[in-house]
Amino acid sequence: MEEMTGAQLIIRTLHKFGITTIAGIPGGANLPLYDALHQFPEIRHILARHEQGAGFIAQGMARSSGKPAVCFATSGPGATNILTAIADAYLDSTPVICITGQVPLSMIGTDAFQEVDVYGLSIPITKCNYLVRSVEELLRILPEAFHAATSGRPGPVLIDIPKDVQLAHITVDRLPDLPEPTRPSAPSETDLHTAAQMINQAERPVFYVGGGIVHSCAGKAARRFAEKACLPTAMTLMGLGVLPPEHDLYMGMLGMHAARSTNIMLDECDLLIAAGVRFDDRATGKISAFCPDAKIVHIDIDPAEISKLKQAHLGLVGDIRATLEQLFPLIAERQINGWNKRVRNLRAEYPFFCDENFDFASPYGIIMRAAEIVGDRAIVTTDVGKHQMWTAQVYPVNRTRQLLTSGGLGTMGFGLPAAIGAALQNPDRPVICFSGDGSIMMNIQELATLAEHNLNVKVVVLNNQSLGLVRQQQKLFYEGHYVASEYNHTVDLAAIARGFGLKSFDGSTSMLLDELLSVALQSEGPALITIPIDIEEDVYPMVPPGAANSVMIGGKYECA
Amino acid sequence: MSAHNTVENVAVLELMVRNHPGVMSHVCGLFSRRAYNVEGIVCLPVDDGGQSRIFLKVGEEERLDQVVKQLEKLSDVLHVNRHQDGHPVFADLQQYFHA
Ligand SMILES: Cc1ncc(C[n+]2csc(CCOP(=O)(O)OP(=O)(O)O)c2C)c(N)n1
Repeated sequence: MEEMTGAQLIIRTLHKFGITTIAGIPGGANLPLYDALHQFPEIRHILARHEQGAGFIAQGMARSSGKPAVCFATSGPGATNILTAIADAYLDSTPVICITGQVPLSMIGTDAFQEVDVYGLSIPITKCNYLVRSVEELLRILPEAFHAATSGRPGPVLIDIPKDVQLAHITVDRLPDLPEPTRPSAPSETDLHTAAQMINQAERPVFYVGGGIVHSCAGKAARRFAEKACLPTAMTLMGLGVLPPEHDLYMGMLGMHAARSTNIMLDECDLLIAAGVRFDDRATGKISAFCPDAKIVHIDIDPAEISKLKQAHLGLVGDIRATLEQLFPLIAERQINGWNKRVRNLRAEYPFFCDENFDFASPYGIIMRAAEIVGDRAIVTTDVGKHQMWTAQVYPVNRTRQLLTSGGLGTMGFGLPAAIGAALQNPDRPVICFSGDGSIMMNIQELATLAEHNLNVKVVVLNNQSLGLVRQQQKLFYEGHYVASEYNHTVDLAAIARGFGLKSFDGSTSMLLDELLSVALQSEGPALITIPIDIEEDVYPMVPPGAANSVMIGGKYECA
Repeated sequence: MSAHNTVENVAVLELMVRNHPGVMSHVCGLFSRRAYNVEGIVCLPVDDGGQSRIFLKVGEEERLDQVVKQLEKLSDVLHVNRHQDGHPVFADLQQYFHA
């Protein structure tokens, strides 16, 4: 039996659940939690400079490790600031536990200072959420929250805790235990056999894999599966890394910015084996025209994803790794056949990019050279825009959890704080963040957090003086009306980074880009490198929003 | 109300939920953000009040499976029962709904 405050109970329980790092910002309504941290040096607190930064730092930890991560914000503006990062975690199924302070219970509903209904606001963007109404409830809610965040399809959880609940005293026998994850349901034998039969009888099968593979640690299982049945494999943005680019069956990303060959292949396939994917419109294009001739076998842990957007001929609900492993002995070994050759020819005809046009100073050139310098162990994060799509197209992502990027919400400002989180979680790995001059501004204050902790993060800004991806859409679909997408005022990002206490490098003042990249990326500790990019460099091919994936614009493929 | 959605053939979902102040927000929020049609709703606590029962009259023949799956994902929803051909609870209440 031990008496403690609610705040102490929370901190000690978090520690018991394996949390050693928390990102956040204090304020009146969560000060008791911070006071409890004072007596608890086992937990390291990372003071972000904006709550959205704290949320994305937690995401960087969670996405790079697969383990739940925790962030703190105070009531009112602290809480509203962090919500973007929570919504982002929701759409990419990331286990983040956000603990917000709230005004005391007796003042809830009175429009008290810094009161906002965070419980209500967070309903549509969390897997589950709580407003704690007594200190005793914490004993149930804390384990429940961790359980919800991590079991089945992972996702964020928000716990809103009034200040008086944090201050209330409670006597506890023992801290709550972390519940075992619920065992997911498994597909029936009959369904497994049907699936195997469909796969074995298919003539033109394609494997379509996404973030669910990452969450269920099914990377290796998926690869073995693809290899045994010789399945050309297309990945969503979230699934990149399941197969490395040099793999024979690798078909890269599908959808809006896929290689032509990949989308054509999907158009021709007669069986789509979809695993851990949700048929997002950026991947499928116009859904009614997606894989028009294919039967669909859909494997996912979340029953609600099966046939949500596209009727599956067979749905297998269960853990993806377990399901693929159970299917493995049932599927026939297949050698390279006519279909694989057809796909290979498509790849040769429509490569991801053309060697002839390969220019070291182009975005592709910079990204690939940077990848070479930081090496295979590096973790990569991106912001959102052209630079994100270029990275997804050509960065050699060789394993799952190597590329961290905001897929579902597409949040500019994700890259830098997520890189900080990844570096905190993986102190032995280099981290590189590709950003744009638009996105970097959205959480630039976290350069201070980065400098303070002297983490091994290199921020590479592909600087095109514009909100590039938006400008590209205006070029293609709004008759070149560049409204509000060009920056007419230049800022000196290198000087700004120096002001934050980082080393910085400016490509516009150096003729020797290669040397600059080598020196900058191999320097100790954090650095920012800004590299000028031609404003007209666009991302191709591109499927117009709402069009079928077979409608692809651009991409110069007429090379020898 | 569209022609085929007569009182008789509109499906009714019967939910058992944990009874707390946020549960109605969760259920109603799901219907509005996913643009599911709900034509009627009845909710009362059950016995000691630890749980509530919610009846939803749902005009979603095509997507009923999806609606049920999404409801089952809500952490406060303990159980969903389908009444494909309606439920008398709405008929009984009809007398209170005349202009
Ligand atoms: C928070 C947020 N606001 C707006 C957008 C819409 N948007 C998508 S890409 C983009 C431009 C990104 O510009 P930049 O970061 O410079 O990258 P570039 O496309 O130039 O590589 C914008 C404004 C977004 N995705 N996120």
